[in-house]
Amino acid sequence: MNWDTEFAISIIPQLLQGLVVTIQATVIGYVVALILGLAVAILRRVDYIGPVVFVVFEFIRTTPVLVQLLFVFALAPPTVAPLTIGISVLGVHYAAYTAEVYRSGIEGVAKGQWEACRALSLPPLRVWGAVVMPQAIRKVIPPLGNYLISMFKDTPYLFAITVPEMMFMAKAIGTEAFRSMEAYTLAGLFFLAVSVPSAVIIRRLERRYAAV
Amino acid sequence: MQQSESQSTGAVGARSEQEPSNGEIVRFDQVVKRYGSNVVLNELDFSVAPGERVTLIGPSGSGKTTILRLLMTLESIDGGVIWVNGEPLSHMRRGGKLVKANETHLRRARKSIGMVFQQFNLFPNMSVRKNVTEGPVHSLGVAKDEANQRAEDLLDLVGLSDKIDAHPTQLSGGQQQRVAIARALAMRPQILLLDEVTSALDPELVAGVLDVLRNIAQTTDITMLCVTHEMSFARDVSHRVLMFDEGQVAEEGPPERIFGDPQEERTKSFLKAVLENG
Amino acid sequence: MDFFLNRFPAYLDGALITLTVTVLGSALAFVLAMVVGIVGTLRNPAARAVATVYTEAFRGVAALVLLFWFAYAVPQITPYELSPMFAGVLALGLNVGAYGAEVVRAAINAVPRAQTEATIALNMSWGRRMWLVLLPQAWAQMLPTFGNLIIELMKASAIVSLINVADLTDVAGNMRQTTGETVLAYGSAMVMYFAIAQLLIVGMRTLERRANRRLGRAPARGGLRDLLRPPTPGTKVGTAK
Repeated sequence: MNWDTEFAISIIPQLLQGLVVTIQATVIGYVVALILGLAVAILRRVDYIGPVVFVVFEFIRTTPVLVQLLFVFALAPPTVAPLTIGISVLGVHYAAYTAEVYRSGIEGVAKGQWEACRALSLPPLRVWGAVVMPQAIRKVIPPLGNYLISMFKDTPYLFAITVPEMMFMAKAIGTEAFRSMEAYTLAGLFFLAVSVPSAVIIRRLERRYAAV
Repeated sequence: MQQSESQSTGAVGARSEQEPSNGEIVRFDQVVKRYGSNVVLNELDFSVAPGERVTLIGPSGSGKTTILRLLMTLESIDGGVIWVNGEPLSHMRRGGKLVKANETHLRRARKSIGMVFQQFNLFPNMSVRKNVTEGPVHSLGVAKDEANQRAEDLLDLVGLSDKIDAHPTQLSGGQQQRVAIARALAMRPQILLLDEVTSALDPELVAGVLDVLRNIAQTTDITMLCVTHEMSFARDVSHRVLMFDEGQVAEEGPPERIFGDPQEERTKSFLKAVLENG
Repeated sequence: MDFFLNRFPAYLDGALITLTVTVLGSALAFVLAMVVGIVGTLRNPAARAVATVYTEAFRGVAALVLLFWFAYAVPQITPYELSPMFAGVLALGLNVGAYGAEVVRAAINAVPRAQTEATIALNMSWGRRMWLVLLPQAWAQMLPTFGNLIIELMKASAIVSLINVADLTDVAGNMRQTTGETVLAYGSAMVMYFAIAQLLIVGMRTLERRANRRLGRAPARGGLRDLLRPPTPGTKVGTAK
């Protein structure tokens, strides 16, 4: 059995439908990861709560996201949509990574900056909002961008909890038509079509922010 | 537990009886500072009069910079009390006793003190104007227009009016340090702390910064505490020179005497070493 | 606790499969990373282009897509059917190897230019320069990121459960079905994954310290605290998935 171009073209719309779900899950999950990760990075600096938060997210970071997905999917009441579960789990998982990025960004702000803030008696909100975060953000944009691409490439896991993303579609097509070649190859190409240009953009950003 | 508590408050309570007189703006009272087992300040006593300009000299590790950092509340104190304007800086009053100051007290207390750092520590993400107005607007609550006017005046004073919209990274070290001086003065501090402000500068840029400081010394009555290795500057501007060694004042006096006729052996050898290298 | 103790042998079997896939996948990834990474530092533009195509392509595709392609599509166009385990090792190795190649290339290029100039002054051959001067210095820089990559590969190995390899995730799924104890079934598996990850982290830290000692660099702090230090995220080559 060989490559069947006509069949390949006929399944493109279905796969693109899946790709839309994939991108949806990535974008929303990423926003969750960005916000939650920042909260985690700040909470880790708090006495008593900090170490607990660290251990919990270290556990999340070093265990497979696939197992976490299956686990939450099995526990959640059937009324919760699989896509919601998928986005939440991906978001929390990646918060463990973004928190580390924020942490290194915050620690990368020179000690003298904190001291200058104290010398000017700036209120905490200004210290964080006007001095520390603006400087930290510049350093964290490239690594955070890399995690957006990583997350995009982790969304196929959602197929394991019946979310109709691209991999789910490909598998469904394969089972139905007894042909897997075209669906999986196209899925792979679609992934490349999104992630390679994104990676190029991220590297540009990286160079631009490194230059300043 | 109970006993040790009453003991410690008793000790501080006794000390609070010797509150400083009106002739003093800064007073160190038996101040102790340790880093681990290393004692940097050893029951240090000294005071500064309003409008006085004091230069701290001494070998590295003698605790000069620590004194400035304690006054700026960048370090916590291990023993004794620091007084500023008759009010405790390192401590606060609670029910007639002195207890360790909390962050709110420190934020209020340090508003009368400004500091210029060795490494400038300008905010790189803000323009020169924002650097100078940030403190007055957000910590003192000065109106934006007024803060802007003050910034323009001060930048004029340090000779950088044309750089008001530049970013710190576009300036030379000497220019950055002059902005940092303007930023500290914008807070209208009563006390200005200068921590080796020319040490990080290329030699040809030192003079410009020192000229600005000489000018400020002549035209204002701001109290200055200055740690420096620039002995001729110290001789020109200061009323009094304190020689530090091993966390204590080894010798003090007017600059003419300390530089011209030092009494202590430690002062002599220190000055000899500095002048030979300089 | 009883739950876990009674079923420990089953979980141990699963963990062994997970470890096997991880070790084999890492070995493949390591070889690919070294070869492609070194090729990426060559002056020859054709050789460099090959390295770039490999890294871009295999970093860009999700490991799961690769896995399904090897497991389901390859048998369709070739007379061969890959064993599921082999397909898993291949997909993980190719994917993580692409990330590793970038790490190797960047680390070699980061060795100060003066070192290369010194080898030219000594009239060293390319092979000797690479083997004796550049790689030992680059090695110390690669190891921390390699450590992160191995953890990522170990976590990603859970995908082999989707093509019926009896790894830790697969065992957990079966346990859940037979006992209905979701929390215990998956919780036990996650604890074991966590344990494996800590084991790998300690192992990599030991390697890192040895590499630094050999270069005459004192270990950062040493001791247990150093072994438990959090990873360095967002290294300039990006972290693998």
